[in-house]
Amino acid sequence: MGGSGSRLSKELLAEYQVRGTPVPGEFARGPALASGVPGRAAGRVRPPGGPLNPSRFAFQELTFLTKQEILLAHKRFCELLPQEHRSVEESLQIRVSLEQILSLPELKANPFKERICRVFSTSPARDSLSFEDFLDLLSVFSDTATPDIKSHYAFRIFDFDDDGTLNREDLSQLVNCLTGQGEDTRLSASEMKQLIDNILEESDIDRDGTINLSEFQHVISRSPDFASSFKIVL
Amino acid sequence: MAQPLTFVLSVPETPEDHGPEPSPYDESEVHDSFYQLIQEQSQWVAEEGLELQQREPGPPETPGSGHQTLLGPEDPLVHSTATLRILASMPSRTIGRSRGAIISQYYNRTVRLRRRVSRPELRGVGRSARPSLRLYDLELDPVALEEEEKRFLLVKELQGLPVAQRDHVLRGMPLGLAEKRSLREESRTLTRKRRGRRGRRGLLPCCGRLRDACVLALHSLGLGLLSGLHALMPWRYALKRIGGQFGSSVLSYFLFLKTLLAFNALLLLPLLAFLVGVQAAFPPPASPGAVPAFTGLELLTGAGRFTHTVMYYGYYSNTTLNQPCVPPLDGGQCSREADGLPYNMPLAYLFTVGVAFFITCITLVYSMSHSFGESYRVGSTAGVHAVTVFCSWDHKVTQKRASRVQHDNIRTHLKELLAEWQLRQVPRSLCGRLRQVAVLGLVWLLCLGTALGCTVAVYAFSELMIKSPVSTEQEGALLALPTVVCVLNLGAPYLYRCLAALERHDSPVLEVYVAICRNLILKMVILGILCYHWLGRRVGVLKEQCWENFVGQELYRLMVLDFIFVLLDTLFGELVWRLISEKKLKREKPEFDIAGNVLELIYGQTLTWLGVLFSPLLPAIQIIKLLCLFYIKKTSLMANCQAPRRPWLASHMSTVFVSLLCFPSFLGAAVFLCYAVWQVRPSSTCGPFRTLDTMYEAGKVWVRRLEQAGPSVSWVPWIHRYLVENTFPVYLVSALLLAVIYLNIQVVKGQRRVMYLLKEQISNEGEDKIFLINKLHSVYERKERRAGRTQEAEQLAGDLDTW
Repeated sequence: MGGSGSRLSKELLAEYQVRGTPVPGEFARGPALASGVPGRAAGRVRPPGGPLNPSRFAFQELTFLTKQEILLAHKRFCELLPQEHRSVEESLQIRVSLEQILSLPELKANPFKERICRVFSTSPARDSLSFEDFLDLLSVFSDTATPDIKSHYAFRIFDFDDDGTLNREDLSQLVNCLTGQGEDTRLSASEMKQLIDNILEESDIDRDGTINLSEFQHVISRSPDFASSFKIVL
Repeated sequence: MAQPLTFVLSVPETPEDHGPEPSPYDESEVHDSFYQLIQEQSQWVAEEGLELQQREPGPPETPGSGHQTLLGPEDPLVHSTATLRILASMPSRTIGRSRGAIISQYYNRTVRLRRRVSRPELRGVGRSARPSLRLYDLELDPVALEEEEKRFLLVKELQGLPVAQRDHVLRGMPLGLAEKRSLREESRTLTRKRRGRRGRRGLLPCCGRLRDACVLALHSLGLGLLSGLHALMPWRYALKRIGGQFGSSVLSYFLFLKTLLAFNALLLLPLLAFLVGVQAAFPPPASPGAVPAFTGLELLTGAGRFTHTVMYYGYYSNTTLNQPCVPPLDGGQCSREADGLPYNMPLAYLFTVGVAFFITCITLVYSMSHSFGESYRVGSTAGVHAVTVFCSWDHKVTQKRASRVQHDNIRTHLKELLAEWQLRQVPRSLCGRLRQVAVLGLVWLLCLGTALGCTVAVYAFSELMIKSPVSTEQEGALLALPTVVCVLNLGAPYLYRCLAALERHDSPVLEVYVAICRNLILKMVILGILCYHWLGRRVGVLKEQCWENFVGQELYRLMVLDFIFVLLDTLFGELVWRLISEKKLKREKPEFDIAGNVLELIYGQTLTWLGVLFSPLLPAIQIIKLLCLFYIKKTSLMANCQAPRRPWLASHMSTVFVSLLCFPSFLGAAVFLCYAVWQVRPSSTCGPFRTLDTMYEAGKVWVRRLEQAGPSVSWVPWIHRYLVENTFPVYLVSALLLAVIYLNIQVVKGQRRVMYLLKEQISNEGEDKIFLINKLHSVYERKERRAGRTQEAEQLAGDLDTW
């Protein structure tokens, strides 16, 4: 394991030295497009001057991952790519489709896998992940991520209709994901109603019939197990 | 006049068909129109307030389009769709999805952070930014700012922070990586410019840059070391596999095992460095008599060939070893003294064991308090349904089968919770409750009786052993008492499990706690009687021999046999039982008994701590035992067990485990050792303390010698006289500790009260919000109707005109 990691880091280094300093604006453009503000971020970023440093993309500074974890993530990501696109620069640009990401063993058994990928995807159609999105995902699910950011993303994953609050439909979909989607494994309608009533009774502090982010985080803060179970180890 | 109509139209018909992530601009449009609406409305209401007041007391006579009634909080689901739409676009709701809201929230946080830090660097922030900052207070008016401006302000704020803190803030932002990077780049480029401007001013920035460079280099060095450690982290894949297949609960057992390994390593290192290593380098003169040959039985009994080795207390000399002083724990004074004071073995023995124990104690208390802080929050009692639904999925699980099991577990748990909740609504009958109490009492009585029986058996057997002393030839007979103890330790928990099947507890957690409690009582009572047997009886009986060696060997035997019995238990309790239940009974695999296994670990650790004074190498043996146990348990788990069906509060449980390790186990061992050091007379034929009345005398002798040595080290005797021999400071410290604990409890109580009040207030605010929205709606309805009426009238007039 360590051998391949160091080999990879050497490759990365060599790649950087050959290519010199590229424009990081290239990397910033994708998400900016996705959020409907074309080219805004790209225009502002300037190429960093001075000597070359390997941590030029600031992955370590901006995520909760260690260098080893980033290299490992890159390796796993490259394995999803076709052989001819596995060079470092290309792997940082290219997007991997949802199906391929979902085939990772770490996500395969997860009932929320599609939601997770959609939340972290920055492409306009929300159906593919770039390496940076993948790093974002791993960073949020890593050991060292703060409970705050974990609960924020958990909320977005559970918010199935992306409307910013957990309403009754979201909750029932969430419970179905937890108990299994099959007809025989679901809770009965009366049980579901009772359960959702109880959940709202317990966590909807302002009594507006839905759970918003702060109410959700309030509930999460009461469960110490959350941070340990909201983890994906690559 | 046309404004209300546009407002209604500007709201999207359904939030769903708005696309996955509605653009922030739409939201701010909604906010804008709502803001305008309120302003306009307030004027309007001021004009026609009279009419409104008349209508206010009663419910509106004509409920607008069928859903304009003012709704109480008890019926929150019947809000009109329009109300719900407005609610959905409120700032508190948009944080979850829009980038603009996130940026503005983090802007506010950064401002707060910066105000708190208030570093001198702030003076460098460009003047131009300040007034605009004051103008835009986002907390007052989040609607007025476009996302672009918010972003700009955030970048400005980020510049005010030191680099490390800025990275920290950026890392914690729920934004995409590219977005974070561009924010970082922007704030960095501006900082650099500013730095450049400041650089011209004088020499100081040069020093500052040097300092920064040093700090950065150190930081990156530390990071590198940390990541190196991370790469070295043992068992990463084994633990990942266990977590993936069995979930966090079983994982907690293996993590606990890892913690114990760390504790033992921490205990072993000083012992190895200052006792075993030194003594092995300067071996004492060989004891008279032939060295017994190695038979192989020693591995079980620990006696025979092993007796006169560094393993046991008896081997250590009571003299000072001719060695220049290592800067060790026997006081830093020695090297300063004339002719390089030699290594005083008794003192080193006492201090090393004491310091090693003290380090363990501090680590243990720290990890316990940390674990408590993690797992118990103020007011964390209510809300079990919500917590179960939101937090119960274990994302570590990677296997299809394990994921199915988890689905099943969660479903059963949810059903149980609902059933329990319904049961609580209907109180149980008096008769049923009486029967339950009776069964509970009976089972407890039986359990305590069993524990008492076991204790009496061990006591009787130990007395028997004393009466018929074992000759050196039949070493095997030494194993009799430990075997009995281990058999009782193994058998009684199974009996308890059968008894527990009789009583039906309301909650599974309570069941686990009760089981832990019973097993703990049994183990502690048996260990207690053994301690009495060693210190109270054996010391008197073994007059001429080395009783410390005997106790050390006895603990070694107990430990080894305990290991063997755990292996047997794994073999028969897990493997054979699995075969039987799969082949014959056609049932599923047995569950992994986490509580029982953890208690076994705690028991083994207690034995180690009890024996460390008499056999300094016992932690090493415990380390080997734990390493073996890890692989054996892992293999057995993978082959024979399935994940526990009960939901398991992993972090609460690990807190309980650490507290159990601290409270009865470590504290008991510490009391035992303190008694042995302060009260019991060491044997006169062996060991470092052979000439002294108690082991503690070694310290006293040393202090007396220091007193004679001169005034330069007079503070040591002074400390000894006033702090150790005088009991007053001990009382003072305990009283202070109690006071601190009491104050803490009171503070927590106060916080709970404040939390309750705040919650009440939030719920009131929510009601107010809905009330206001409904009010606005009803006002609009009427306005619309009036507009319609005037239009109609105009039309009518027009019609009349045409007529």
